[in-house]
Amino acid sequence: MGKLTIVRKVVCVAAVEVPPDEQAFLEYVQSGGQVETTDWMPDDYRAKLIKFIEMHGNSELMGVLPEREWILKAPTLQRKLALTAKVQDEVGHSQLIYRVAEDLGKPREQMLADLISGKAKFHNVFHYPTYTWGDVGVIAWLVDAAAIISQKALLKCSYAPYARIMKKICWEESFHILHGRDVILAMVTGTPEQFGLVQEALDRWWGPLMQFHGNPIPAGEDPMYKWRIKSQGNEEARQQFLDGYVPQILELGLELHDPKLRKRDDGVWEYTEPDWDELKHVVTGHGPKTQERLAFRKHFLDQEQWVRDVVLAA
Amino acid sequence: MNEWEVFRRERKGQPFEHAGSVVAPDADFAEAWAREQYGRRGESVALWLVPRDQIRDVEDWADEFDLKYRRVDGYSIKARLKLARENASAVAEGGA
Repeated sequence: MGKLTIVRKVVCVAAVEVPPDEQAFLEYVQSGGQVETTDWMPDDYRAKLIKFIEMHGNSELMGVLPEREWILKAPTLQRKLALTAKVQDEVGHSQLIYRVAEDLGKPREQMLADLISGKAKFHNVFHYPTYTWGDVGVIAWLVDAAAIISQKALLKCSYAPYARIMKKICWEESFHILHGRDVILAMVTGTPEQFGLVQEALDRWWGPLMQFHGNPIPAGEDPMYKWRIKSQGNEEARQQFLDGYVPQILELGLELHDPKLRKRDDGVWEYTEPDWDELKHVVTGHGPKTQERLAFRKHFLDQEQWVRDVVLAA
Repeated sequence: MNEWEVFRRERKGQPFEHAGSVVAPDADFAEAWAREQYGRRGESVALWLVPRDQIRDVEDWADEFDLKYRRVDGYSIKARLKLARENASAVAEGGA
């Protein structure tokens, strides 16, 4: 019986066309409808998609910089190779994601220019410095874990080409998380000094990690949720992160220094209010490493301009 | 520069699925980008690259004659099934 029901559903959806007026379009995406590149879409939907997808692409491209710093300093050859592969994956993700935004109408050169000039944003966690190999482990494990929660929710995005590339991205991210967890496990089972490096890194990253999914605005008031670009609210994502990862952190003997952190009987996590001013300050270009990393990115874009010129002239 | 749609086959025997697109000046560049973006981790056993402007798009499906009887959604048996079950149990009770 279950199978028959599925067949029935597919037939019905295939018969539905993307409705050519804004209100009907909204109802269409809110009831689970998906949109293709060539379909009609409201201007506001297109603009929101570009903004969201562009920021995602920027985050992948900028997100490799803190990790890249450690390729030369990785403790073993195996770690060096794994980290290099991960950096390559993340740059690959930015290529896939920029392509989707480009197809929606914003030229890639413009996106890169807006990134460099600070007009476009990227995720808060990529504006911070790294101090030790412990930071690399925490980034690869927990920052990627927080990111994969958002990305898994994008598998249900109303814009189908974006949802499709997310399948490949999530597949690669699962290797990244395991790599990060392996780095952390090696350190917490090592010397007391190595354990200490992980604890210190965790203390540094916990604040930014709690800010990562954004203000707890109700899903109903989130324009990205309204258009079903995102399929869950910010707080829902954070709760999922806490539920999945706090037990995994604590079982290693690591500590989370938030006196209010606890899981209520009804399953909801309580925590100290994250510093939303810091989040806003950092993502608007005032993070400790924002300008340095943007300058670095600009340096390489300039240096490799000739490659793009040659390809464009081909 | 042209757009190329990329289809990938994950394992032998499986259908090609649309994966994404690349922009490239010619087929060789398109292949290089597609290999890099959709095959470098062994996640595909084959790729198809198709110039976007070569795709013949068929999206209109006329159904003037209401041909639902040829499909699963053309049949709603719920009400009749309920009635048939009630009739059957009424007969069974009457016979007892």
